Amino acid sequence: MRRSVSTLKAAVLLSALALVPAGAMAQGHDEIHLPDTKFSFEGIFGTFDRASAQRGFQVYKEVCSACHSMRHLSYRHLRGIGLTEGQVAALASQFQVQDGPNDNGEMFERPARASDHFRRPFPNDAAARAANNGALPPDLSVMVKAREGGADYIHALLTGYADPPPGVTIAEGMHYNKYFPGHQIAMAPPLNSEGQVTYADETKSTVDQMATDVSTFLAWAAEPELEQRRAMGVRMIIYLAILGGLVFAVKKKIWARLHQREPAP
Amino acid sequence: MAEGLHDSDVSNPVLRWIDRRLPVISMVQREYGTFPTPRNFNYFWNFGALAMINLVIMIATGVILSMQYAANTGLAFDSVERIMRDVNYGWLLRYAHANGASMFFIVVYMHIWRNLYYGSYKTPRELLFMIGVVIFILMMATAFMGYVLPWGQMSFWGATVITNLFSAIPVVGQHIVTWLWGGFSVDNPTLNRFFSLHYLLPFVITGVVFLHIAALHITGSNNPLGIEPKGPKDTIPFHPYYTSKDSIGIIVYLMVFAILVFFMPNYLGHPDNYIPANPLVTPAHIVPEWYFLPFYAILRAVPNKLGGVAMMGGALVILFFLPWLDSSPVRSMRFRPIAKWAFLLWSVNFVVLGWVGGKPAEQPYILIAQICSAYYFAYFLVILPLLAKIERPLPLPESIAASVLKHRGGGPLPSGATAKPMEKA
Repeated sequence: MRRSVSTLKAAVLLSALALVPAGAMAQGHDEIHLPDTKFSFEGIFGTFDRASAQRGFQVYKEVCSACHSMRHLSYRHLRGIGLTEGQVAALASQFQVQDGPNDNGEMFERPARASDHFRRPFPNDAAARAANNGALPPDLSVMVKAREGGADYIHALLTGYADPPPGVTIAEGMHYNKYFPGHQIAMAPPLNSEGQVTYADETKSTVDQMATDVSTFLAWAAEPELEQRRAMGVRMIIYLAILGGLVFAVKKKIWARLHQREPAP
Repeated sequence: MAEGLHDSDVSNPVLRWIDRRLPVISMVQREYGTFPTPRNFNYFWNFGALAMINLVIMIATGVILSMQYAANTGLAFDSVERIMRDVNYGWLLRYAHANGASMFFIVVYMHIWRNLYYGSYKTPRELLFMIGVVIFILMMATAFMGYVLPWGQMSFWGATVITNLFSAIPVVGQHIVTWLWGGFSVDNPTLNRFFSLHYLLPFVITGVVFLHIAALHITGSNNPLGIEPKGPKDTIPFHPYYTSKDSIGIIVYLMVFAILVFFMPNYLGHPDNYIPANPLVTPAHIVPEWYFLPFYAILRAVPNKLGGVAMMGGALVILFFLPWLDSSPVRSMRFRPIAKWAFLLWSVNFVVLGWVGGKPAEQPYILIAQICSAYYFAYFLVILPLLAKIERPLPLPESIAASVLKHRGGGPLPSGATAKPMEKA
């Protein structure tokens, strides 16, 4: 038995070894060191801080959404950060979206419903580029999953604007950012002064606070299933541990039969 | 017994009626119930069963995902996001499918490792082994095409790089690439055919898996000692002994799988694949999925494109010749004092190849990749043939039963069990 347990260990270890190159790969190269922001959703039992995510949505709505779409989200999804059905309906109705064609074959504007996707700031990519000095503001729906470092990266980027170090020249219309790959970013500092957004819950809207809140919101937007997923994972591991114990006992019992049946030659 | 009917032992009258006309119950009983199996398997023998389970999980999740997925360059990325957000438990299906691919390769790499260490590829199991290599290659093709389907940046550029490898073939290379693409770049026709083939190949794999199992049940399994069972004392029925032992492996496997799916579902993926495919923007580093990295490293180790492609293909094809390259009659590395270390070094070498495969193509990684590639081939082409001639293997145990019962000493055994220890060398 001892032998087979150690072989089991060896098999598991070797399997784990197979994951090593991937881990090494994930670290990438010429990495910029990102500061580690404390987020509510870190760790196995972390959950999204609803208040922070709602404030983050406000930052998105009042600042980011001027240029950045979130085309995979609908207003109804905001129930996930704690908005009530009534709040979602009221919020959606603030936006005008295009619908149609109607019976006369014409497109028309109407207030958005909870089931509508977030209104996009530009009708198409070309319009977005035209309004942004040729740069395309990327969609933010899965941004946290689409960047090395995730929410830490978003927070670092939003707070990482600085004067370029001596010797570094920045092209016309570009901005220096400590954490953007290549350090030249087309986006002007979006969060630049305390009180830029007035929070209803009287949280002080420092740049760092706004960046944390909007990062939390974007993390939720990228992985709305995160809390359910981890909760299910914990239950799954507990279930497998119990089942594993039973299976191990059954196996031992079955093999003991074999050991008793045949004495050594 | 009625004329022309199968002689069935099944007692339930309904099942017996079926079994006498279509003896599937007898077959399962024979092949998975009483099937005589060497009594000394260790846990490395779990991985075949695990691979079978993994294949079933992949097909089950994949068939359901395909009901929601849209194989069109304009819709694919969004349809995957819709699965993640709006399809009930769509995130679970997709993460299980994506990480299931990684689990499949972990399991199959372990299965192959076990095969190489215990010499399972040697006579009489050469064809069994070669069918296994075919499954491995089919899996690689399936996984590659599956990774293209979400139509993210790595999907698109991975597809571009890998299909372009065929352009290295002299004269007709570029024509083959155009033919594979169905156009002049990776585009909608490419995505469509990849989806079609990605759905087809798993069923081809299933067919080849049945051949693999059929061949296995002719020769029977190898075992850690690498000696054939000589009589009933050396074997035990597959059920309940190995069904129970495999169950332990299944639990451990599911735990690792669950940790990936529920707590780190994107750890083995690449963030760039959450950026929609854009033919105008090339990612800074195009890296394939982790399970291709050792072969990717071999590809890049050769400065010449055709040479690199040939070496990468050769790294797989050489496995077909392994049963004849290694002519030592001793299967298990336990009894091969030199080959054992040469092989363990080869295993580490393979992991190092995977590591450099994920690094940018610059020094010192290129040099490391070249040294490791050289050893990869040298092990098969030089070391194994040479060792077969010069190595003195350790004495083999007389029988499986003798070895097992000797090693068991000290445990809670019936009296007399250890009466004659150390009798066998």
